[in-house]
Amino acid sequence: METKPVHFKNVSREESYGYDRKTLDYIRNAAAHGLYEIRGMGAKRKLPNFDDLVFLGASMSRYPLEGYREKCLTKTLLGTRFAKKPIELEIPITIAGMSFGSLSANVKEALGRAATEMGTSTTTGDGGMTQEERQSSKTLIYQCLPSRYGFNPDDVRRADAIEVVIGQGAKPGGGGMLLGQKVSPRVAGMRTLPEGIDQRSACRHPDWTGPDDLAIKIQELREITDWEKPIYVKVGATRTFHDVKLAVHSGADVIVVDGMQGGTAATQTCFIEHIGIPTLAAVRQAVNALEDLDMIGKVQLVVSGGIRTGADVAKALAMGADAVAIGQGVLVALGCNGETYYQNGTLHSAEADYTAIGAAAGFCHHCHTGKCPVGITTQDAILEQRLSPEVGAKHLRNYLKTLNMELTTIARACGKQNVHHLEREDLVALTIEAAAMAGLPLAGTNWIPGQGF
Amino acid sequence: MERLTFDLATTSLRELNTFLHTDAREGKVEAVTVVNPDGAHNIAVGLDCPITVEVVGHAGYYAGGMNKSATITITGSAGTGVGENMMSGKVHVKGFASNGAGASAHGGLLVIEGDAGLRCGISLKGGNIVVGGSVGSFSAFMAQAGTMVICGDAGDALGDSLYEAVLYVKGSVKSLGADAQFEPMTDADIATVAGLLDKAGLDHDPKAFKRIASQRSLYHWNADANQEY
Ligand SMILES: Cc1cc2nc3c(=O)[nH]c(=O)nc-3n(C[C@H](O)[C@H](O)[C@H](O)COP(=O)(O)O)c2cc1C
Ligand code: SF4
Repeated sequence: METKPVHFKNVSREESYGYDRKTLDYIRNAAAHGLYEIRGMGAKRKLPNFDDLVFLGASMSRYPLEGYREKCLTKTLLGTRFAKKPIELEIPITIAGMSFGSLSANVKEALGRAATEMGTSTTTGDGGMTQEERQSSKTLIYQCLPSRYGFNPDDVRRADAIEVVIGQGAKPGGGGMLLGQKVSPRVAGMRTLPEGIDQRSACRHPDWTGPDDLAIKIQELREITDWEKPIYVKVGATRTFHDVKLAVHSGADVIVVDGMQGGTAATQTCFIEHIGIPTLAAVRQAVNALEDLDMIGKVQLVVSGGIRTGADVAKALAMGADAVAIGQGVLVALGCNGETYYQNGTLHSAEADYTAIGAAAGFCHHCHTGKCPVGITTQDAILEQRLSPEVGAKHLRNYLKTLNMELTTIARACGKQNVHHLEREDLVALTIEAAAMAGLPLAGTNWIPGQGF
Repeated sequence: MERLTFDLATTSLRELNTFLHTDAREGKVEAVTVVNPDGAHNIAVGLDCPITVEVVGHAGYYAGGMNKSATITITGSAGTGVGENMMSGKVHVKGFASNGAGASAHGGLLVIEGDAGLRCGISLKGGNIVVGGSVGSFSAFMAQAGTMVICGDAGDALGDSLYEAVLYVKGSVKSLGADAQFEPMTDADIATVAGLLDKAGLDHDPKAFKRIASQRSLYHWNADANQEY
């Protein structure tokens, strides 16, 4: 008898690596719209990060401190180089600059309340200073951005420090962006723009170009504030070694380095994923630059971009940062990407609202739409009610407390009485990539890739 | 009226600005003269009172920066960013001005009797600028609100990505930037130009100016804008 082979209907399920569904989708979108995609949050691709480092806790060669009893200081001073009134913080964890416009006024107030309770600072953003944030923040850093929206001398005098923003990790070289849905009457008024337009703004400062000019600009800000307030300079991480050196030469008191994981409220996706270097590499370059110039302890370094946990904070500090700044983590603490929101004493599902903007809880990066389902990145009168300053502040305070507890407990385990005593020597890397970027030995070896054998 | 003189050859800039921020603000004098400025940067920045300051000679960067209420005159020329981010009051340059004059000014009046360099009136947010001479390229880039009167010529890309600011030019315009367009002069425009020329003390026929404003075609993202963003 003839035996017939069995035939299956053969449907190929082999997804192409180069032309996977994500790429196909991208090309179809490009073909449909003729415009690049704009979105919020940070890079989604896998990057070497602080998880690729571990601490060498104390054991025989060093002894640890008692985790719950022995003192571990967290006090942090920023701006000691030239400013008469440096910034004094209780913890080295600060709130990154996020604009009113991208965030609702309620959120701005929540940030101020929580930061003040925890003894740390908040930062304004593109679009000026709101009353809500000035009143609720004990220590408020005022950003001076290329757009100069709402920038004015009264707020310069009202601020506790000035941060000159050269760039952001999510979009080094790119300017600000706020889509029309968020350009509400109040936002438009503060920015001197027509209501409802898709705001695109400059990427270069209007009155200076290059580090020599910046030195004079910084001197101007010092003169206006009678040399009282620290001047920060914020750069997106690219050529960080050189940029940090130039920022020091320009006279900065504090340098903020924002790695490519850093969040944004709205930027071209091609910037978010393809411009800039990971935070891990940037911290190392920044510290190298400060060491080269003998500026450790004179110019302070704030690191941001993908700081999520107390362990991240501890690792950034051990690598040489004086403090960190957090954006996305703060939003998540307030309820970003959560399935529910809390209003009038009860929990409500936000599912339908995620669906309406083509997102889902856990995957959302739709801050640019202004229709944040949990009321954070919105100017909509109904949506913004979903996050009250009180509830937001409570959660954010808890988040900051947790980070600080983790930070101090790690520091004690490494035998440090002060979190600023954490040092590079306490860290090793788990992957070759992270070892090379962070300039740390691969665990169990003396090998730092790229630094001889 | 009490007038005080600061000689920058013998007094530091810091002393001058401290005086202007404290004693002057308390109304201790009504006028200050600054001699031997010698191109120093940041002269009379951040003033916050209706004082009169005369700088006899040339000023460096950011003279009169972030001015509120004061009237500042520079008898010579001014460096980059003169009157930048001014809120109110007046900054008057008798000579020439370098780049970024009046950048991002929210209010007040900036007068430059001579020519101004690149990016004059960039990011303007409500201030008025009158230039007796010509302006360099990229002037009024992204200017959001306010008025510029240019009695001479304008360089390339005038008013690129203009928002709601309005520009008036008497001479030739080398090229307009994206989204800027010539528009007919109305009686209201002529009155505006006449008023500003009068305040600036410059004598030109207001009817001889052309009006430039935004086409508003870049206000919303769209694929047909040919990527001119
Ligand atoms: C909603 C949102 C708005 C932001 N707005 C600004 C801004 O106005 N100016 C600025 O310098 N950075 C802005 N950033 C970037 C943050 O200051 C910070 O660099 C970044 O969030 C740090 O990385 P992380 O989000 O991973 O913590 C924004 C970030 C977010 C998430
Ligand atoms: S939940 Fe809100 S804040 Fe979070 S990514 Fe979505 S839109 Fe942005």
